[in-house]
Order: sequence, then C-alpha cells, then structure tokens
Amino acid sequence: MAIQAGSFRTLELTDVGRSFGGHNALTDLNLTIRAGEFIALLGPSGCGKSTALNCLAGLLPLTHGTIRIDDERIDTLPAEKRGFGMVFQNYALFPHLSVEKNVAFGLQMRNVPKAELKKRVAEAIALVKLEDHARKLPGQLSGGQQQRVAIARAIVLEPRLVLMDEPLSNLDAKLRLDMRTEIRRIHQNLGLTTVYVTHDQEEALSMADRLVVLREGRVQQVGSPEEVHTSPVNWHVADFMGYRNMLDLEVASADADRVVVAGSGLRLRATAVERVAVGDKVRLAMRPEDVRIAPDGAAPAESIPATVAVVEYHGREFAVGVSTASGLTLHVRSDHAPQVGQEVALVVAPERALVFRSSLDAADLSEVERDLEEVRT
Amino acid sequence: MSTVAPARTPGSRKDGRSTASLQHRLAERGIDRSLLMLLPAVLFTFALFVYPFAYGIGLTVQPNPDVVEKWGGGIFANYVAFFSDPFFRDSVWITMRLALPAALFNVLASVPVAFKLRGKFRGKRALTTLLVLPITLGTVLTAQGLLIFAGRQGWLNRFLMDVGLIQEPFQLVMNYTGVFLSLVISGFPFAFLLISSYLSGIDPSLEAAATTLGASWFQRFRRIILPLLAPGLATTFILTFVLAFSVFPSARLVGDATGETRVMALMAYRAFGEQIDYPMASTVAILMGVIELAVIALVLLWRSTFYKGSTGGKG
Repeated sequence: MAIQAGSFRTLELTDVGRSFGGHNALTDLNLTIRAGEFIALLGPSGCGKSTALNCLAGLLPLTHGTIRIDDERIDTLPAEKRGFGMVFQNYALFPHLSVEKNVAFGLQMRNVPKAELKKRVAEAIALVKLEDHARKLPGQLSGGQQQRVAIARAIVLEPRLVLMDEPLSNLDAKLRLDMRTEIRRIHQNLGLTTVYVTHDQEEALSMADRLVVLREGRVQQVGSPEEVHTSPVNWHVADFMGYRNMLDLEVASADADRVVVAGSGLRLRATAVERVAVGDKVRLAMRPEDVRIAPDGAAPAESIPATVAVVEYHGREFAVGVSTASGLTLHVRSDHAPQVGQEVALVVAPERALVFRSSLDAADLSEVERDLEEVRT
Repeated sequence: MSTVAPARTPGSRKDGRSTASLQHRLAERGIDRSLLMLLPAVLFTFALFVYPFAYGIGLTVQPNPDVVEKWGGGIFANYVAFFSDPFFRDSVWITMRLALPAALFNVLASVPVAFKLRGKFRGKRALTTLLVLPITLGTVLTAQGLLIFAGRQGWLNRFLMDVGLIQEPFQLVMNYTGVFLSLVISGFPFAFLLISSYLSGIDPSLEAAATTLGASWFQRFRRIILPLLAPGLATTFILTFVLAFSVFPSARLVGDATGETRVMALMAYRAFGEQIDYPMASTVAILMGVIELAVIALVLLWRSTFYKGSTGGKG
C-alpha cells in the first residue's frame, strides 16, 4: 500500500481547555497519543468530545493548554497547516466536485505534481472501493459511499492524525457495522493514528485501542476498552458502559471493598469501586447480563424478589423487565421466557455488583485542590 | 316493513361506475376545481396587464404620420426611428452604463458584507437592520436625502469646505454619480438580503473541511464558496439589474435628465408626456423590456453552466 501515515512518536495534549462565554466546554484534558493508536473520545452529547476534536483540528482555538507533536507545538498553527485529516459527521463533501476532485482537493492545495496526484487519488479511491463511482457527484452516492469518500479525502493526504467526528451516526445500523470494520481495517493497514469521537459505547469498545470517557468537559476515565468496560471508575462511566441497573442504596457494612448495601427492601453483597463508609449514600450498578433469574424453586439467601413486568425476545436470550416490591425497576437477562406477573428471585455475583459514590463530585474534591494550586502559583 | 338493500361490493355501483367523489374523479384527470378560485385574479391580469401590454405592442406598429414621413419604414417607423435617431439610440447605452455597473457593484459589495455578517456576534441584528433599512425609503426620499447630503450646498460639501479639505464643492448630484448612488442605496439592501440567504444555505462544515484539507481562506472562497454561491449571485444580479434598468425618478431628481442620465424610461416619459406620441412611448417601453430580457437571458445562459444542486454538505 503506497498511502502511508505521516509519522511522529507522540502527540501530547496538556491541560487543554476550551470555554464558550464563561461556560467550560472542556477542562484539563491531558492525553498522550502514541503513533498508530486508535483513541475514542466517548461521552453523551454536550460532554465536550466534539470540542476536543475541533480543538485538535484547529477549528476552535484553545483557551488553555498546549498541544505538541514530539517537540513541535501545534496548537498555535492554523488548521490548514496542521496536516490532519478530518472526517465530519455530515461528511462535508464538496457537492459541486466529483468524487475524484473531492479526494484530490487536499493534494491540490499542497501543489502535488499532477502525475503523483492522479496516482494517489486513484489509490485512495481504490482503498475505499469506489473505483466505479469516481466521476460521480456526492449527491449521486448513498450515505455509506459518501462516508467512504470522506475517509478517502482525509487519508489521501497521508495525515499525521485522522480525526473522526461521529462518522457513522448518519448511517443505518447494518451499514454502521460494515463501516466500523472498514475504518478499523484502513486504520490498521495504513498504521494511521486516529482520534474518533462517538457517543456509541459499542462503537468505541469495538474499534478503539484506548477510550477516553468524558462528562461535562472533564475526563472521567482513560483506559483500554476492557478496563473501561469491566472496571468503570464512577457510576457515570458505568452508566455509559451498559450498567443499566442503577439503584440508590445505603452502605450497611463495609470491609475494604467488600460491602453490603441495603435500602428499598433490598440487602445485597457487592464490591465497592470507590472508597465508601457505612451509612454513605451509594449507587449500585449492575449489568442486565450479570443479573440472572434463579432457577425455579431455588431462592438463594441473597436474592432480590421481584415480579416480571416485561419480556422481550432478543434472539439468543430474553431481556426481562422486573419490578421489586418497593417499586424499583430492574433489567435482567434470562435463557427462558418467564411469564409476565410471575414471582422470581434475582441473583447477582457480588463481584459484578459495583458500588459507587452517589455524587460524581469526587471531582469536587480535586476542584478544591485545583483552586488551591491556582492560588499557590 | 323492511327492505333489504342488495349487497354491493364497496367502491362500485350497480352500473359499474366509480363511487369516488366527483372531485376525486376530476383529480384523476388532473382537474382541480379549487383552481377556479383563481378566476378573478386571471381576469384582473388580463384586464390590467395582458390587454394593455398587447395594446401597447399594437400601438408601436401604428406610428404617427410625421414619424413615418421622417424615418420611413411603414408600420415599423417607430422602431426605425428609435434605432436611427441617435437621441433615442444613445439612451440604450446611457441606461446600460448606469444599470450594469450599479447591479454589479451591488452584487460584489454584498458578498463581503454578507460574509462578514454570517457569524453570530453582538449587534448583528442592529447592523443588519441598518443595512436593510433603505428598502423602506422610497426613491423620492432617497433622492431628497442625497440632495440635502451631497448637493453643492449639502452637508458633506459644506463640511469638507469648512475643514478646508476642498475649495470647490464636489459635484455629486445632478449627474451620473447622483443616480449611481441612488441606485446603490436602493439596490444594495436587496442584493445583501438575497446573498445572505444564499450564503446561509451553504453548510459551514464545507469550509471547515476545506480548512482541514489545507486550503487558505482565499482558496476556500475561490474553490468552495464561490462555485456554490455563483447561481445565487447570478439571480441577485438579474434582480438588481432589472431594478436599476428601469430607473426613472432618481434619473430625473438627482440626475442630469437631458445629458448623461437620459435613460430609456425618461425617453418613454418624454414621448408620452411632452410629445404626446403614444406609439413612440410604447415603442421605447417595449424595447426596454426586450433589452432587459436579453440581458437576463444571457445571465441565465451563463448560470446554466454552474453547479446548482444542494449546498447542504450531504451532497
């Protein structure tokens, strides 16, 4: 493959922040990206992930912090000089230019000689398998094809970094899966360094080497997909990672990370992720697939009695909505279809029931520290 | 007593005809009865436009005897006269010399202004209002304002002379400049409004994309914005050109009605009001229309070579 990624060793974001009229859209983003890495910025809308991407691209100036590639400072460079490729959510293809000319645009801006330009455009178009559509206008292509053009247009420049802003969110579910594989393939074949913004945890988990989970402009957790998936650091990350059952309870007893939580007529053994003390208000998070319906008749000691409210067929298993005597709703999985209205006992392994502090203001503490630091400096 | 209605298949009658309403059946043949409500408007159009227009064309081929005597040409004597008499013929050039630059200026000046006013900023509404306000002023009011502001004894000249910058007042009105200024004042807001709306139809992410691909602001404008804006520019040009071409009041009020701003509309008025030569007046008016249509046709022909599809980014 003749198209290659531009090379560098590390890209370092230090205390990067951006505020809009007094509102902090992004605060203190510290991140070191190694060449060839696929990083996903993950979070709900308004969490600052797109702001971070636009800051990286240079489309938004930073209000704080620096961005360096190796030892070169790039946050002061205008966007057109950074040499990053960007793929936009709405593709942003030039509607009046053919696929070829869209892809060639960046090369023309760099005054690449004609023969080389032709060769590279043909390669990029071949890479995204659009040879048959090279002379069409974007308007004549399907959504998936337009997305491929946008990718080809970004990578033909052999960019040091490829930025993708929710590139799959406008595609239908099946196409999204195909394009996911496609993007991952291109990333691996070309050794690209990619920063990928998404609100879809599944997308992030399946594509990225490392995840950065954001909330209200702050980094919540950075880690490999596995780390973030199995050991979220707070309930927000857990919520985002598919811990659909969130119960507000109280700590009844605590022995290091082995805790017993109680409330709303429940009493469960669980694992504390953050440090909690007896009497603390906590949030218990459990994945639907970790909560099972106990076999008929068996009622283990530490089970949750509940009534089946909704049963959905999900192909291999059933997704069951149950409600407890105190009115809490839980989502669980089951191999067999229980009857609606049936009394069941739910069991969950203590190590799969995670206990987090109710307030996310662990960040508050560090905010005080930050303030102190600012006073000191 | 009870009668049992014979069973019927829904949607059909005994005689096999459709049970659909009359309206529905007419609609199937492309007839919409509600269009009948347009009838009064159509009648008015005929009475107030089509008939007078046809009558005017008729008049042009019924020249006054003295015109026929002087220029010959039988029933086309008025046309012969128009193109043979330099007094008439030159008015075409005079009008063009005003309307083309004024329309061009309005379009070209609107582009950077509309560009600058695209984003969000404090005072945008006030600024836009200020730019569009002249639309509400009549031509006569504009002319009056120009006389007071830019006349020989106007504020501008008095100020410049008082400060000692100039000795003699600038001649800004009662000539070509006066009419040109008046055309800009009344035409610019139209052009600005139109171009603003065309510009807002171009997805800003296209520019962002071009930026990340390494295009400087000039390249972005030249390669992306301009091609997408071009059809809009052409349309705007046509509209402001038509406005400027039929200039009449300002040509008389702030222009030099017998000299450099002796536009076609003035010629038609002169034939009608001073020489009481209705056929000649109609001829000038019809020729005005023909020339405008010719220019519009040229611009539209040129416009047809542009890309005219969506500018919304998704192609």
